[in-house]
Amino acid sequence: MSKYYLFQDSKRCIGCYSCEVHCKANKSLPVGPRPTQIIPVGPKVVKNLPRMSFVYMPCYHCEDPWCVEACPTGAMQKRAKDGIVFVDSSLCVGCKTCISACPWGAPQWNPETGTVVKCDYCMDRIDQGLEPACVRKCVTHCLHFGKVEEMDDIRRKRHAEAVAVFE
Amino acid sequence: MKESVYSICGMCTVRCPIRVDVENGVVKWIEGNPHDAGMAGRLCAKGSAGIAMLYDYERPQHPMIREGARGGGKWKKVSWDEALDYIADKLKATIDKYGPRAVALSDRGGPFREIHRSFLRALGSPNYINHDATCARNTQHAAISLFGGGRKTFNYDYKQCKHVVLYGRNVLESMRVKNANIIMDLLDRGGKITYIDVRAAGTAMKATRFWMIRPGTDYALNLAIIHTILKDNLYDAQFTDKWVADLNALKEFVIPYTPEWAAKETGIPAQEIVEFTHEVAKDSPSVIFHPGWLTARYMDSFYASRTAYILNALLGSIEAPGGLFFQKGPGDAGAKGLNSLMNTIPKPEEKRADGCGWKHKQFEAGPGLMHLFYEAMLSGEPYPIKSYIVYRHDPLLSLPDPEAQKKALDQLDLLVSIDANYSETAWYADVLLPSATYLEKSSVLCTGKGLKPSFKMRQKAIDPHNNARADWWIFKELAHRLGIGEYFQFEDIEDFWEWQLEGTGVTVEDLKQKGTVSLADKPIWWDRLNDLKFKTPSGKIELVSSHLESCGIPSFKPYESPKKPADGMFRLAFGRSPVHTHGRTINNPYLNEIMSENTLWINADQAEKLGIKNKDTVEVTAADGSHSGTIQAWVSEFIHPETVFMVHGFGRKIPWQTRGYNKGLADYRFETGLLHVYDPAGGANALLECMVSVKKAA
Repeated sequence: MSKYYLFQDSKRCIGCYSCEVHCKANKSLPVGPRPTQIIPVGPKVVKNLPRMSFVYMPCYHCEDPWCVEACPTGAMQKRAKDGIVFVDSSLCVGCKTCISACPWGAPQWNPETGTVVKCDYCMDRIDQGLEPACVRKCVTHCLHFGKVEEMDDIRRKRHAEAVAVFE
Repeated sequence: MKESVYSICGMCTVRCPIRVDVENGVVKWIEGNPHDAGMAGRLCAKGSAGIAMLYDYERPQHPMIREGARGGGKWKKVSWDEALDYIADKLKATIDKYGPRAVALSDRGGPFREIHRSFLRALGSPNYINHDATCARNTQHAAISLFGGGRKTFNYDYKQCKHVVLYGRNVLESMRVKNANIIMDLLDRGGKITYIDVRAAGTAMKATRFWMIRPGTDYALNLAIIHTILKDNLYDAQFTDKWVADLNALKEFVIPYTPEWAAKETGIPAQEIVEFTHEVAKDSPSVIFHPGWLTARYMDSFYASRTAYILNALLGSIEAPGGLFFQKGPGDAGAKGLNSLMNTIPKPEEKRADGCGWKHKQFEAGPGLMHLFYEAMLSGEPYPIKSYIVYRHDPLLSLPDPEAQKKALDQLDLLVSIDANYSETAWYADVLLPSATYLEKSSVLCTGKGLKPSFKMRQKAIDPHNNARADWWIFKELAHRLGIGEYFQFEDIEDFWEWQLEGTGVTVEDLKQKGTVSLADKPIWWDRLNDLKFKTPSGKIELVSSHLESCGIPSFKPYESPKKPADGMFRLAFGRSPVHTHGRTINNPYLNEIMSENTLWINADQAEKLGIKNKDTVEVTAADGSHSGTIQAWVSEFIHPETVFMVHGFGRKIPWQTRGYNKGLADYRFETGLLHVYDPAGGANALLECMVSVKKAA
């Protein structure tokens, strides 16, 4: 696994789809590829209230990425220093094997360049000490990014505040 | 070369503060202004899609003059000089024959109106109109009737609020970035949201209470809540004793409007209304009953809005932390305001053509009412209107029944559209002038009112990359051609900024640093029990409005039940998606990719009766049969059986917008016969008085 963790605090996610556009605008992508996508599920009634879920689907940056193994040219790679799975588009021949190999549909087709594009956690930004585009600009800041061991768990904090007893 | 420019977004009318990063003359990155704690990078989908709009070829590229019939889509590409000379000659002809009052101009309001409104005023015409007949006029007039000042007298302190009550005010999908975020904070700290609507919109998905109300009965619900507050003595007597006039008249009026009565009207159980009322009273005064924004809905929306305001007054939430606060301007912070060009030009003495402020005394003159203006255009009474400039406004896509509107527009000798997008109205114009996008133009400086008043700056990130021009330049050029150049002597916008700031102690450089300069160190709150400034004749909140009564409008209107749709008919409601701004972004490549077409929400039980299944193609037909179209059905239990719903802005008819062309349906085309139907007290169009039939498409 990559040493990073991208956490969606679904309680705060309002389904505004901005993360999708932040990603595409940052990568100057044409219509078609969606390296990250919000999949709406619902609505359904939960405890007498309408509720929807907006599932955030970037790339999981697997420990043993099937897309890397499948790639015949070495374009799809796992970065040694932090485990980010990325594609070197200069080596991509557009065979789409990675698209078939990924169980979660992470690699996307760029019809303009005839190559694959995917979520790379905006590694150019990370290397400059910045957050991924989707995280930086998330409307409710429900997306969080960092090294796993350095991240606070918002859910624990929220739960603690709810159950705190002052004696 | 890399640089960052602090500016103001223009993708919708929220106008969030932004930072734009430019590399070698190309916009590379836009984020929420990091110097603004409420933004801290945050930006909505539309905000990021600004780049896609900027570099999209499917927006006006150069000035064009119509060839052939209006709306026929045949255009001649012309130079700016040719276009501006053509417009100036036509305007001169109108003025020579009919006087300057025959020239009108409309926009969509906002803080950047100084130049074009000055242009119209300098010409000598009183006929400035904005889009508000299809937006917040009912709320505006409701506020005036109670407080003496309009709806912008107040803003909402969600930050400290404990319970916010929203009537179709879909805060989480209309995407005011700061508000959406503060409201999620409110939920995080255990606050409550009661969301009331005919459908479970996005805000309902996070609300702590959702009431699916029968369409058109918000006023009934409010009367029952008021009834309960007064009957159970839940009001803030300290506040009402000091500030609220005629409480006894209200008490008497609401006697018959019990929760049991309201339950029959609204479909909301009486017990729930009573429980809610007690709950909200416990949280008072840190409660907000939102009076609404787009309340151009029903024939009594004025009273629904007015009673929401009254609920705030009864619970003492006016100028209370977590309630409605008075917006403070520079003067309230001991600062000097911006210089105003408008104020240097004599106000025309002529009466407005739409009758607002004189024939219709209940409607403030201000931006008038577009539908009444159309009446004047059609009839030539009280005088003819012959030239009309539409700036950044699309009446054909917002008022009901475009075919009826075109009959009025056909009385014109000149129709000019100035826009950064192809609007439906632009497509019908005689001349289309491409306005630079917000990323390519600087605007006049503006004042931000609030707890901490400020000055704000929109500055261009790059030069227009096509043949579009900033609006200030367009109006300045026209002014010089029309002999009113004396008021438009500034060289460029920076020169104008210097003049606006004269005497304020703030400099252009100060504003460029972060995009804004605050005029107060800390939030300004007034003493709510001793020092409030209501602009009514009595200086109090007037439950019995001296203004309304003098216009023959009742302060308390007996409730009338809205009509139920006949069998097989539905009331057509419309609303927002978080990725689109009304009709302006339908063709944006990135936003169109996420939502390229609207669907028809229809109640599951009703759909079953009609043999309609989810994702079936259905045919929707206007009540008079004059318009119909097909659309995909979204069958759901989350919409009231009397209503069907579609997102506004689709069904575009401009072939040059290939992505949006003919995709989905347009609500306003079904609103046949409704152009001149409006709330008699508030003035706004009654857009939801629209009935349609639905059947499975053959």
